[in-house]
Amino acid sequence: MKVVIHKMSTDTPASAPSDSVSERYLAVQRSDEFAGLRRALRGFVFPMTIAFFLWYALYVILSAYARGFMSARLFDSNINVALVFGLLQFVSTFLIAWYYSRYADRKIDPVADKIRDELTGGDS
Amino acid sequence: MTTTILAAEAGNTTARNLTIVLFLAFVAATLAITIWASRQTKTATDFYAGGRSFSGFQNGMAIGGDYMSAASFLGIAGLIALYGYDGFLYSIGFLVAWLVALLLVAELLRNSGRYTMADVLAFRMRQRPVRTAAAVSTITVSIFYLLAQMVGAGALVALLLGIRPGTTFLGMDAETAKVATIIMVGALMIIYVTVGGMKGTTYVQIVKAFLLMGGALLMTLLVLAKYKFNLSSLLGDAAASSGQGTAFLEPGLRYGVEVAGNATQTFYNKVDLFSLGIALVLGTAGLPHILIRFYTVPTARAARKSVLWAIGIIGTFYLFTLALGFGAAALVGGDAIREQDKAGNTAAPQLAEALGIDFLGGDLGGAALLAIIAAVAFATILAVVAGLTLASSSSLAHDFYANVIKRGETSERQEVNVARISALVIGAVSIVLSIFAQNLNVAFLVALAFAVAASGNLPAILYSLFWKRFNTSGAMWAIYGGLLAAVVLVFFSPVVSGAPTAMFADHDWQWFPLSNPGILSIPIGFLCGWIGTVISKESDEEKYAELEVRSLTGAGAH
Repeated sequence: MKVVIHKMSTDTPASAPSDSVSERYLAVQRSDEFAGLRRALRGFVFPMTIAFFLWYALYVILSAYARGFMSARLFDSNINVALVFGLLQFVSTFLIAWYYSRYADRKIDPVADKIRDELTGGDS
Repeated sequence: MTTTILAAEAGNTTARNLTIVLFLAFVAATLAITIWASRQTKTATDFYAGGRSFSGFQNGMAIGGDYMSAASFLGIAGLIALYGYDGFLYSIGFLVAWLVALLLVAELLRNSGRYTMADVLAFRMRQRPVRTAAAVSTITVSIFYLLAQMVGAGALVALLLGIRPGTTFLGMDAETAKVATIIMVGALMIIYVTVGGMKGTTYVQIVKAFLLMGGALLMTLLVLAKYKFNLSSLLGDAAASSGQGTAFLEPGLRYGVEVAGNATQTFYNKVDLFSLGIALVLGTAGLPHILIRFYTVPTARAARKSVLWAIGIIGTFYLFTLALGFGAAALVGGDAIREQDKAGNTAAPQLAEALGIDFLGGDLGGAALLAIIAAVAFATILAVVAGLTLASSSSLAHDFYANVIKRGETSERQEVNVARISALVIGAVSIVLSIFAQNLNVAFLVALAFAVAASGNLPAILYSLFWKRFNTSGAMWAIYGGLLAAVVLVFFSPVVSGAPTAMFADHDWQWFPLSNPGILSIPIGFLCGWIGTVISKESDEEKYAELEVRSLTGAGAH
């Protein structure tokens, strides 16, 4: 990943980018294309984070307060609701990870690549 | 009678010798890799970020190796073996947490940072105060975690090598062996980090992840084969041998315990469970030794792939521990496990021995499998402590020395030399602290590290990446506020004083009723970050534009 745009490191404020560079970033940030990218990312990750957090919280709260329900046995075996609920947390984690990666491949990466190439002259 | 004891002693000696041989083989192999890695380590990027040359799969394995500590392997297997379902409940938080890292942090951090967590936090802020705060928090979290690991290693050695009170090993009694282990673990982690840098550390973690997954898979298959892959009969046997009956398969034996006739304590116990859960889920993406792993790959896409691999590996591992824990309960039995270690840390090795006797034939088979699992446990500890030492020395050198003291006016070579010296100092400090703390109950420090990461680091990272208005004052308020809230609440909690299992059991200054501060300290951290931001006028629209564009597109990424 070689970058032509500037040699500034993130930790040396003394060598602040020239005005033209920060103006270019500002212009990109205000562009419709970038707004679309931001919306595509935030529109996915924020609701999804809230969803899996609530789903996990529900599991923990049921484990604490709904012990009768969680202890119910299924199919006449030693497998109970609590175990299935726990295993479903694994399933949902794997599924969300897979779904996000597919979404990012299709909706985020192409736009991000395009904006970056425009900004850096296709060098990175 | 005498002959059985002798036979057991003989099996014990075989297992002990084999454990040591296997462990030495691991040490020899990792040291060879470390020396090889040191020849490939020329620039600061090599030292801090392994040259950003690892693939998503390699980094995913290394993340697994960095994350799955002895507390995960022996601790969770032991919790499940003794408390059944609640051990499983505990492990789930450690997995779900990776979604926060995947969705909100990994890629954006990779795009906009360079070597440390502070690179992102300080991007659009005044460098010196923010980097100082980040270094303080990084070192605090890492030292807490290191202490828990090293004291744990000391406690494990006597158990894994079977050094019982009154017996000796190489002329050392159990107490001396403990101190020797702490020093050896500390010395090895210093060598891995100072010599091998991020490259060496990463390969140590990858090798360890393979060994851990292999060992856990083997034992899982043996347990399941024993029960003809019938989960229900494994659970039934586990419940019966645990001495707890069906309650063993249900929540409530360890977390959120219902105390008969004490509604207040019952309420606190249940809130404590929730508090622990959210600290685990929100803490992972704020742990500095995890965050710096995202810099070892070339692109944000590779960072995403690493987290996907890590989720697969870590999730599979916790499913294995489910089989190991219930297997140990069923095949070893609750009483036999408690007899060796009240906390259940020896459940997995004891299960290995039982399975070895069963499948490989006789005491020798038992000794062989026990030795393999014990050696894997030591390898596990080494990989985790190396990662922690690297994270804290990177922050000390890159954030504090290069950017706070030298204000960015330093050469790469000088900075890396300081990082090596920092690793030595941090290692030495951890050894000394661990020796002082070796007989204290410091297991709570892992949960505290997660709570600090969730309360201080995570708010600062999320605000930095997503909130335009966020500024220097906000970052400092978030980090110091969250850190202080978590540490102060734990200091006045029952894990430090005022309870029989407390760190200082003979003292009582406890007033905070929960063992886990997260439920209060995490909102405090986020609130502090907000207050700190709005009371300061500072706001740099241009720098935020640059950070946002860079973090989302990868333009200008290092």
